[in-house]
Amino acid sequence: MKEKYLINARIIDPKNDIDEIGGLIIDSKGLIKAAGKKVANGNLPSSADKIDLKKQVLIPGIVDMRVFVGEPGYEYKENFRTLSDAALSGGVTSVVSMPNTLPVIDNVSMVDFLKRRGRDKSKINIFPSATLTKNAEGKQMSEFGLLKRKGIIAFTDGIRTVQDPQVMSRIMNFASQSESLIIQHAEDNILSKDGLINEGEISTRLGLKGIPFLAEKIIVERDLSLLEEYFCRYHISQISSKKTISVIKKAKNDGKIFTTGVSINNLSLNENDIGDFKTFLKLSPPLRTEDDRVSLVESINDGTIDVIVSDHKPQDEESKRLTFAQAATGASGIETLLPLALELFHNKSVKIKKLISSLTSNPAKILGINKGCLDKGYDADLCIFDLNVPWVVDKDKIKSKSKNTPIENRKLQGKVSKTFVKGELAYESI
Amino acid sequence: MAIIKKLKAVKIEQNHLLGIQGLSFPEVSEILKQAKTFIALNKSSSKKMDILRGKTQINLFFEPSTRTQSSFELAGKRLGADVMSMNIINSAIKKGETLIDTAMTLNAMHPDIIVIRHQDSGAPNLLAQKVNCAVINAGDGRREHPTQALLDALTIINRKGKVEGLKIAICGDILHSRVARSNIYLMNMLGAEVNVVAPKTLLPHSIERLGVKSFIDMKKGLDNCDIVMMLRLQNERMHGSFLPSAREYYEFFGLTPDKLKSAKKNALIMHPGPMNRGVEIDTNLADDINRSVIREQVELGVAVRMACLKIYCKKD
Repeated sequence: MKEKYLINARIIDPKNDIDEIGGLIIDSKGLIKAAGKKVANGNLPSSADKIDLKKQVLIPGIVDMRVFVGEPGYEYKENFRTLSDAALSGGVTSVVSMPNTLPVIDNVSMVDFLKRRGRDKSKINIFPSATLTKNAEGKQMSEFGLLKRKGIIAFTDGIRTVQDPQVMSRIMNFASQSESLIIQHAEDNILSKDGLINEGEISTRLGLKGIPFLAEKIIVERDLSLLEEYFCRYHISQISSKKTISVIKKAKNDGKIFTTGVSINNLSLNENDIGDFKTFLKLSPPLRTEDDRVSLVESINDGTIDVIVSDHKPQDEESKRLTFAQAATGASGIETLLPLALELFHNKSVKIKKLISSLTSNPAKILGINKGCLDKGYDADLCIFDLNVPWVVDKDKIKSKSKNTPIENRKLQGKVSKTFVKGELAYESI
Repeated sequence: MAIIKKLKAVKIEQNHLLGIQGLSFPEVSEILKQAKTFIALNKSSSKKMDILRGKTQINLFFEPSTRTQSSFELAGKRLGADVMSMNIINSAIKKGETLIDTAMTLNAMHPDIIVIRHQDSGAPNLLAQKVNCAVINAGDGRREHPTQALLDALTIINRKGKVEGLKIAICGDILHSRVARSNIYLMNMLGAEVNVVAPKTLLPHSIERLGVKSFIDMKKGLDNCDIVMMLRLQNERMHGSFLPSAREYYEFFGLTPDKLKSAKKNALIMHPGPMNRGVEIDTNLADDINRSVIREQVELGVAVRMACLKIYCKKD
C-alpha cells in the first residue's frame, strides 16, 4: 500500500483533545502515521498524491457497541455484507455484534464462524459478543475465559436481562477473573411483562400496556449494589429514563467504576412520535417522555452517559406490518447514527467533541481496542463527513437489508462522504 | 314517520369510526341525532328498512362477544344490508394469517363496511389503512369502544334530556377498560364532569390527564353524581396481582344501596355488561327498574349502531 495524504480537513480527535484544521498520513501498513495541523500541504512531498478534504470533518471511525446482525439464523433481516455496507455509509468502522442470533452465540464453536463470516463478507471490524448465560436463559453462566480467549470482546444477553440476582452476582464474581466485560440490558422482565411502550399518559390513551421506568431502574440499582461486592468490568447497555440517570450519577459520585450507554433513538425521539401506532417506533428500552429525552441528552454533556449506540436492529417489513402488540421490536439505525447524533450538535444541545467522543474514543476505551482515536500507530479507521449538508431520510435508499428506520422523512444535517478502514477507502458517497 | 325530521346535514370528516378521539362535537351530535330516529323504529312491528340495501357488512370479531356482535348484526339487517359475521375460530387467522392479509382478502370481496373487534389496541387503525371500505371499531384492546360510549350517551340523553352539566362516576377496572376510556372522552366532550373510582391497582397511569378526577373512596367518588357507570371486573383479575379477593373488592368498590346513597336520589345505574352480580354490583340494584337502565342501554345500542352504519357505510 502506498502512503496516503489527507489534507485540509477539520480534525476532531476527542481522546487527544484536538479540534483543528490539518491533515492525516496513512502509512504503508494502513496505520496512522501522523495527524493534526502539522500535516499540511507545505510539509508534504510535492510529488505525493494528496486528497483535499476541503474543510470536511475527519474523525476516528465510529465504534458502535450495540448492533444486531442476522447471521446466523436471521439472514433475511441482515447479513454481514449488508451490515457492512450500511455501517460504512454511516462512518461506522467497528461494531460489537449482539449474540441474539439463531442459535445464540454462547459457545466457542460459534466464534470461528462469526469471525470468518465477518472477515470474508464485511469490510468493517466485527467484534462479536457472546451471551452471559447459556442460550441467554439467565441460568447457567457462559465460558467467559474460553470465549474471551477465542476473541469474544464482551458478554451480554443482548435483548435479555439476567433476572436472578444470585446468577448475576456469580457472573460478576467469576467474569472478573478473566477481566471479561459484562454488558447488561437493564430490564426487569416481570415489571415489563407484556409492556409495549412507556407507561404514562400515552400508554393510557393508546390502550397499550406500559413499561414502567422502574423496570430499568431496579436492575441498574441491583447491579450497582452487586458491583460493590463483586467488582468487574461492567457496562449498562442503554438507559432510557431520568430516574435511572440519577441512580447512575449518584453511584459515579460515590466512586463506583462502570460505564453507561444510550441509544440514539432515546436521544432523538420520544413517546409522542409513536403517534397512531407506528410499529417502527416499538423499541426496547421504550421511547419515554420529552423530559426523559432531555435528561439523557444532558447526561451526554456532563459525562454521566459515556456511549451512544445505534441499537441497530433490522426487522423485515412483515414483522412490523402487524398490530403494535404483535409487531417486532427494534429499529434499523447504523447508517443514520452519526447524522442523527449531529442533530444534537446543530441544535446546540451537545458540544461536538463530546458527541464524537461518545461515538469513538469512549466505546473504544471501554472495549479496550486499538480504535477510536488518531494516535500514531493506530489503525487508520476514519470517518470523513460534511458537517452541514442537508438531506432527508428515505427508506428506499437505506443500505441495510431491512428498512425499518424510525426516522423516515426526517430532515438531517451532516452526511458521511468517505470512510476508511485500516487505511483503505471502503466507502465514498456519490 | 313523524319523528324523522329533516336533518341539517353535518359532514362526517373521517371515513372510519375508530374511536371517540378523532370525532368532533358536531359529528357526535349527528350520530346521536340519527340514532334517535331509529329508537321508535326498533320498537315497531315492521323493523326493516332499505337504507343499506345492496351493501355488504362484515363483522370481524377476534374476541368473543355476544351483545356487541348481535347488536351490530341486527343493526345491519334492519337497515337492509347483507351481513356476514366471520367466525374467527375457523378462519385463516388461526392458521397464521396476519390481520393485514385477512383484511386484503376481505377487501377483495368488496364489502362496504367492516366492523372489527380485536384484542390488540390499534388493530382497527391498522385495518383502516389497508381496506377501501369503512371500518367501525367494535372494541380494540383496552383503547376504545366508541359505539358503547355513544349508546351510553344516548341512554343518558333519553333519561336526563342532556349530558351537559351532569356528574358521572365511572367505577371499577378502569385500567383494562376500553369502555371507560371512550366514555371519558365522550362525556367530557358533551360537557359532563367525570369521576373515576377504582382501586389504585386498576387505575391507569396519568388518568387525570384525560380530564377526570380519580377516587379510591367510592362514596366520595359517587358524591352528588347523576350517573353511576359500573364496569365489569374480569374474574382473572380478582386474584393475584391486582386485587386480594372478590369480597374485598365488593366491600370497597361494589355498588351497594349504601354506597349509592352518596349519589343523587335519582341517579341512574349503568353497566356495559355482562355483569358479575355480587362482585361489582348488588344484584337487586342491577334489577331495580327505577334506577338501573342496563336493559335500555342494550336496546339503544342497536339504534346507535344503525346510525353509525348508515353514516359510515361507503357512499356511492
